[in-house]
Parts: sequence; C-alpha cells; structure tokens
Amino acid sequence: MNVQAEQRDGVLVAKVEGRVDSSNSQDFERQLQAAIGDDTGAVVMDLAQLAYISSAGLRVVLLVAKSLGQRNVSISLCSLSDPVQSVFEISGFNRIIQIYDNQADALAAAGK
Amino acid sequence: MTERSSARAARSANPDYMILVVDDEPDLERLVRQRMRRHIRSGRYGFEFAGNGIEALEKLAENRDIDIVLSDINMPKMDGLSLLQQIPKVDPDIRSVIVSAYGDMENIRTAMNRGAFDFVTKPIDFTDLEVTIERTLRHLDEWRAALASRDKLVALQNELDVANKIQQSILPDKFPHVDGCEVYGCMQAARNVGGDFFDVIRLDGGRLGLAVADVSDKGVPAALFMMSSRTLLKGAAVGVGDPARVLGEVNDLLNEANDAAMFVTVFYGVYDPSTRVLTFSNGGHNPPLVVHADGSSEELELTGGLALGAIPSFDYGQASVQLSPGDMVVFFTDGVTEAINILNEEFGLRAVQALFKDGKTRSAKEVAEMILQAVRDFAGEAPQFDDLTCMTLRVVDE
Repeated sequence: MNVQAEQRDGVLVAKVEGRVDSSNSQDFERQLQAAIGDDTGAVVMDLAQLAYISSAGLRVVLLVAKSLGQRNVSISLCSLSDPVQSVFEISGFNRIIQIYDNQADALAAAGK
Repeated sequence: MTERSSARAARSANPDYMILVVDDEPDLERLVRQRMRRHIRSGRYGFEFAGNGIEALEKLAENRDIDIVLSDINMPKMDGLSLLQQIPKVDPDIRSVIVSAYGDMENIRTAMNRGAFDFVTKPIDFTDLEVTIERTLRHLDEWRAALASRDKLVALQNELDVANKIQQSILPDKFPHVDGCEVYGCMQAARNVGGDFFDVIRLDGGRLGLAVADVSDKGVPAALFMMSSRTLLKGAAVGVGDPARVLGEVNDLLNEANDAAMFVTVFYGVYDPSTRVLTFSNGGHNPPLVVHADGSSEELELTGGLALGAIPSFDYGQASVQLSPGDMVVFFTDGVTEAINILNEEFGLRAVQALFKDGKTRSAKEVAEMILQAVRDFAGEAPQFDDLTCMTLRVVDE
C-alpha cells in the first residue's frame, strides 16, 4: 500500500495503491494524514490503483472525511475499481462520500 | 520504562550505570576511583566495592541498581567463581566481568561457563577495562531494549486475548427451538481480529430477531464497540421492533461518542414463523443469501443502508421476503467471501453459492459448518485475516 499526493488546480489529489486491510490500516492513516496536511483546500482520493479495501481501511477513509468535514474541506473519491466500488456500495459509504467515475469529473466538482 | 530505569530516573543524581567491584586488594578502590574519575564526575559510572563474594552478595541485595559486577577470582570466604553462580539468583540481568591472572585459561574457561560476560587480566589495564565495561554496557542496553519489546509484545498478545474472550462471551451457544424453523450460528475468530458477532433474539409472537455484524477494527477498542453494539441492538430489537427503526436507533446511540470513527455493519432481520416472512434492514453488511430447496440461490436486496456509527440520524430502509418450506437464509460476514488462499485468490460469493448446487437437504447447523469448512479448505496454508461467521435460518415443514 502506498499513498502519493500531488496538487492539481488547487486540489490535493491523493493516489492510493495496493491493498488496505487491518494489517496496514494504521500506516494508511498516517500516510493519508501526512499527504493531506493541515491547510489543504479540497481533497480528491484517486483509487484507480487500489486493489482491495477492508472495513479497517474504510474506517480510515471515514475518519479523514469526518475531520476534513469539520474544517469545511471537501473530499471525494474517484476511479474506483469494481471490487472497491462494491465495498463502498455495500457498506453504504457511497451515500455519505461523493464518488466520481474519473479524476477529471472529481477535479471539476472540487474546483467549483 | 523498566522498574530499574524509572527508579534511577527518580533519583537523578544517580549515575547512569552502577558497577560493583569485588576484590580483596584494599588499594584497588582508591585506584579505580582515581583512574575512572572522569566517568564518575560525568555521572556515567558509579562504583560500589566489596572485599569478597559474601560482601558482594550483601551489596547486591542492598543496591538493586547494580548493572555490572567486576570480580576477582581468588578471594577469602567466597571466591569469584562461586559468586558467579549466585549472581543470576539475585538478578539475571546483571552482567559479570572476571578479573583473572594473565594466561589462567582454566579459571577463565570456568568463569565463562558459569555465565561471565567477559574478562580482563591482571595487572588491570584501565584502558582495556574501560573498553570492556563499555562493550558490556552496550550489550546490557540492547538486552534491556529486547526485554522491553518482548514485554510490549506480551501485553499486545494479552490485549488480543482479552478482545477474543469478550467476543466469544457474547455469542449465543444455544439456539431457540421454534416451530417451523431452525437456526444455527458459528464463528471462527482470526487471531488478530475481534470484530464479528451474531445474535438470535426471541421476540413476542414467536418471532425471532436475527443479527449478523462486523466491527471495522480489531483489538480491545473494537471488542468493546462490538459489545455495546450487541447490547444496544438487543435492547432496540426488543423495544423498538421494526428492523429499520432498530438500526436507526442503534446508529444514533453509537454515534453519541465515537471519535475513532469506528463503525459496525449489521444485517438485522425479524422472522415470523407464522407467515414465513423475513423483514429486514441492511446496515452496510454484505447481503445474506436465500437458498432454495433446489439449490438455487440469490442475494437479499440492499435496503439503502449504511454501516452503523458512521453518521447520525440516518434513515434506514427496510424490505421483506416471503420464504417457503425448504428455503434457507444464509447470513455471513465478509471474512467468508473475502478469505484468500496462498495465491491471493478470493473465495468469493459464487463459491458459497456453488456449495448448494447439489440440492441436498442439510440442517441449519450442517450448512453453517459446511461453509466454514469450505473456506478453511480453500484457504489452506494461507493465514486467516478476518473472522469467519455464518448463521443459518432454515424454514421447515410444520
């Protein structure tokens, strides 16, 4: 698992690669928090290269989304593979976090 | 921090390391204090002195901070080799350095066999002694660090054992006998996770509340979250009734104090044997399978739910399914479908469904155990990452 961050049009894009489960969810949280920092305007998590996420990984996404929400920072997800999309749909997290088909759509929405 | 180092920190005037010098030569004390004065002044070394083995043991009993014993071999009352045998009984973490005559291999060998860490030869070369002491201290530091991490590991293991016991203690082990149906559940816990639970709750009118749940994390916090989820669910099941309202109620209660953003996926259904209708609400859990007598099966619909604890005031949906005699509802957690083998392949839902294709009639218990066994066979040598939970409701002819 690896998180890489880059700024695009004033939006922080965090790309997550690999598998996230209970064995590395703490590391995932650390990497994600470090990538996001304290003064980010908007966050898009690009999950194109995320092969698997367990509920421990979903907890980290929820934790980050909640703390960004308290700072009025928007967060969205994009480019989910079918298995990851299905994890978000079954858990219902697609109802509380915006999910876009691709990064361009996510950036366009975040830039508004 | 170990007991020793915390005791030392409490008396900050104390030196970093205490060395007990044991020798019947009275001039040695003055010599050591003089040659080691730089280290004594800087607070790195402190010295105690004893004239023979018996005195040395008395000093060790008085001063629990001694790290190294530097001992001569030939002494009255108790010699250095006998002292070596006694030291581990006082404190196995003390390291001993023996002072021997040059070329006295026999005594050196005996000393090493009795656990001496190192030796220096007489007449003492203080530069050499300093090197030996520093090497011994480095070894001691590493040894203590290893002990500390072992203690941490033991504590972690204990925590996981506690989590495991909490989890096991809340699972039902007796299942109610209700006319017209049969229920059974079982769980195989993963070593490092304490997240799944299931419950069978007797409701009025002969109905049964059936719950399967999976908490998002592991360890004691997750086990405590699971404990309160289960209690709240049971309370709401008896008090509130409708599955959607039960989940809404538990969700609000779990959201009241949840800084860690923990959540629990819950499938909750109420089965009425008199109508054979299962009314259910899905709180972010993988949907159960309805298996028919001919072996065909399909998933129950998602009811627009969300894992409990994620956000408050969520409006849960509800649906119902009409069952027939011979039908089964198989509830499970994602530990079953997401179990992987050594090739990193997932067991998957299709493999669960394939188990029923033979159309054989099995009891609720046989089905639950068959599924867990199939997952174990599939996973083989691959470690079990997640709890495996399976519960079955079988509709029988009255």
